[in-house]
Amino acid sequence: MKYTLSVLVENHPGVLSRVAGLFSRRGFNIDSLAVGVTEDPTISRMTIVVNGDDYIVEQVTKQLNKLIDVIKIKKLNPKEAVERELALIKVNANSQTRSDIIQITEIFRANIVDVSKETLTIEISGDEDKIEALIELLKQYGIREVVRTGLIAIERGNKVISKSKSEEDE
Amino acid sequence: MAKMTVARAMVEVLKSEGVEIIFGIPGAAIYPFYDALYDSDIKHVLVRTEQAAVHEASGYARTTGKVGVCVATSGPGATNLITGIATAYMDSVPIVAITGQVNSSLIGKDVFQEVDITGATAPFTKHNYLVKDPKKIVRILKEAFYIASTGRRGPVLIDVPIDVQLQEIEFEIPKEIDIPGYKPKEKGHPLQIKRAVEAIENSQRPVVCSGGGVIASGASQELQILIEKQKIPVISTLMGIGSIPTDHPYYLGMIGSHGQKEANLALRQADLLIVIGARLADRALGDTKITDNMKIIHIDIDPAEIGKNVDTNVPIVGDAKQVLSEINKRISERKDFWAHDIKAHKKVLIDDDKLHPYDVLREISRAYNGDYIITTDVGQHQIWAAHNLYIKEPGTFITSGGLGTMGYGVPAAIGAKFGRPDKEVISITGDGSFQMLLQELATIKREQVPIKIVLFNNTRLGMVYELQKKRCTGRFIATCLDGNPDFMILAKAYGIESMRLESKEKLKEAIEIMKSHKGPFLLEVVTSPDEPTIS
Ligand SMILES: Cc1ncc(C[n+]2csc(CCOP(=O)(O)OP(=O)(O)O)c2C)c(N)n1
Repeated sequence: MKYTLSVLVENHPGVLSRVAGLFSRRGFNIDSLAVGVTEDPTISRMTIVVNGDDYIVEQVTKQLNKLIDVIKIKKLNPKEAVERELALIKVNANSQTRSDIIQITEIFRANIVDVSKETLTIEISGDEDKIEALIELLKQYGIREVVRTGLIAIERGNKVISKSKSEEDE
Repeated sequence: MAKMTVARAMVEVLKSEGVEIIFGIPGAAIYPFYDALYDSDIKHVLVRTEQAAVHEASGYARTTGKVGVCVATSGPGATNLITGIATAYMDSVPIVAITGQVNSSLIGKDVFQEVDITGATAPFTKHNYLVKDPKKIVRILKEAFYIASTGRRGPVLIDVPIDVQLQEIEFEIPKEIDIPGYKPKEKGHPLQIKRAVEAIENSQRPVVCSGGGVIASGASQELQILIEKQKIPVISTLMGIGSIPTDHPYYLGMIGSHGQKEANLALRQADLLIVIGARLADRALGDTKITDNMKIIHIDIDPAEIGKNVDTNVPIVGDAKQVLSEINKRISERKDFWAHDIKAHKKVLIDDDKLHPYDVLREISRAYNGDYIITTDVGQHQIWAAHNLYIKEPGTFITSGGLGTMGYGVPAAIGAKFGRPDKEVISITGDGSFQMLLQELATIKREQVPIKIVLFNNTRLGMVYELQKKRCTGRFIATCLDGNPDFMILAKAYGIESMRLESKEKLKEAIEIMKSHKGPFLLEVVTSPDEPTIS
């Protein structure tokens, strides 16, 4: 199972390494980790995708909570969250394949952001499955490079994760 | 607001936190702090290696309940602290470690005596800081004391670059500490407490497993009330020894792979296990499998400990003292003590002419009647001490339970004696462990610390030797300590009184001599290498 955790942390140097270090030390697998500052410049938000069972997720959450710089953790329910990832895919393209690739790109509502004689670079955002599907289709042309940001996620509707720690999240 | 250097401000905060004593070794990267210390009343104990500084701070912290403070210079000074910090982390001992760091502008360039100590200690500090902004020093130090001493306690490290120490700041101590990500929860959830009470009352064979957390939270009295009301036998982890007096009628001993038969037997027969302030790590459980028909109540201040090693039916996050007193308010009285038969199962000791370690430890218990603080090292002697010493009060049995750090005992005893000068402090050690930090004899001499060292000399790394005997069909490698010094001459070199005990007839007399001696004393006990750990 994959779980998406939204983690508010103090925007200090060294926090990312503490979080990442905790995962490796305790033998937890991170699928992806994306960080950026929030509407409050003193706070950053990490979106962490972990792979494991309930026990692992509970352990990850509790251990993360022990870090002094971690302010709040919330496990997001994928059904109630918007999840997005950005990927840049550089794929081989020649005069015969070029139009096929452009068509595929359009079907996926992705964008071509760079063109060269032998390649096309495609930008796509979406949930993981969508990105996987595009990569799968493009494989036949020969993928040169893929860069992915890792997942970011936010809850649907008017729910927000606020700075104050409330009972239910502990 | 007064203007002063960061170094001076550091000393001012230490004073305001009530720090009376610091253990450390100076160096170029920490000289401004030491210079500021010169003008204060805080006592500084010069140790002979930095690892001892942390262990001494740890012994001090564990006997006083205050935060222990140690200081080191950058690079090698800081890395020498590492084992001691990890030891304190594993045993949840409140420590603030202060290290000097190279000039801020040189950080990350591998300059002379530079090391990334915050990076290195991140896995085994509760929190740590590299101070880059001089204006933040006061708040950081205050936070460090707060974090170290609240919730599940532990070591905090503060790394201060030399140029930062020299800067001038406006000094003002913040009134309140607010760390958004740090809100330890002390009160147990009422519903869970209710469920715990029900589970205890409905159980047939409840057992309490008491850990170091009971001692740390000062919950011994509450624990005693609970077990006496409900007639519950108590077993303890190594860290939990002393959480209730070892002669209490319901105390069955220490559990685990190095535990006592009675305790392990009770654990196997229980239908309810009440774990309080213990992690139940691999060594504590030993071969005992927690079965599905045994229910578990787990009380701990650290939510991450609950459910980590064993599945829990009733988890209660909170301070043991508070949670237990809530439970006690609601719990009924039980009529019968179910573990009579187990308790009756007394150990038979060999009665012969040889001098066995348990003879020595029992004689010490008798002679002092438990009026002492014991520290131990790591090895067979540690287990002998855990099984045979009479421990009367919580916090008087001090050992490296979590990390199992050899060399801990003697420095911890020094720290303990500074913390509780009114108490006799006895360090039980082995010839292997003792030699890991024996340079602290110099600290004992310089400061005239009147501790007693009981050194079990079996010319072996006994515990490993025993393992090789059992598991490697006697293929002994690297466990014979040929080349041990003559410990009598060694003690003499440090100006410390000593005596060698080789026979049973001299036992009482030797303990009497040690007891009546006013200054520091080394008692070497010559022991057979083939003495088993568990008799
Ligand atoms: C720093 C450190 N190194 C190695 C070990 C592994 N170890 C555990 S017990 C032991 C032997 C201890 O020997 P000694 O202090 O003489 O005690 P004894 O077992 O003989 O009583 C060793 C080497 C350890 N616990 N700590």
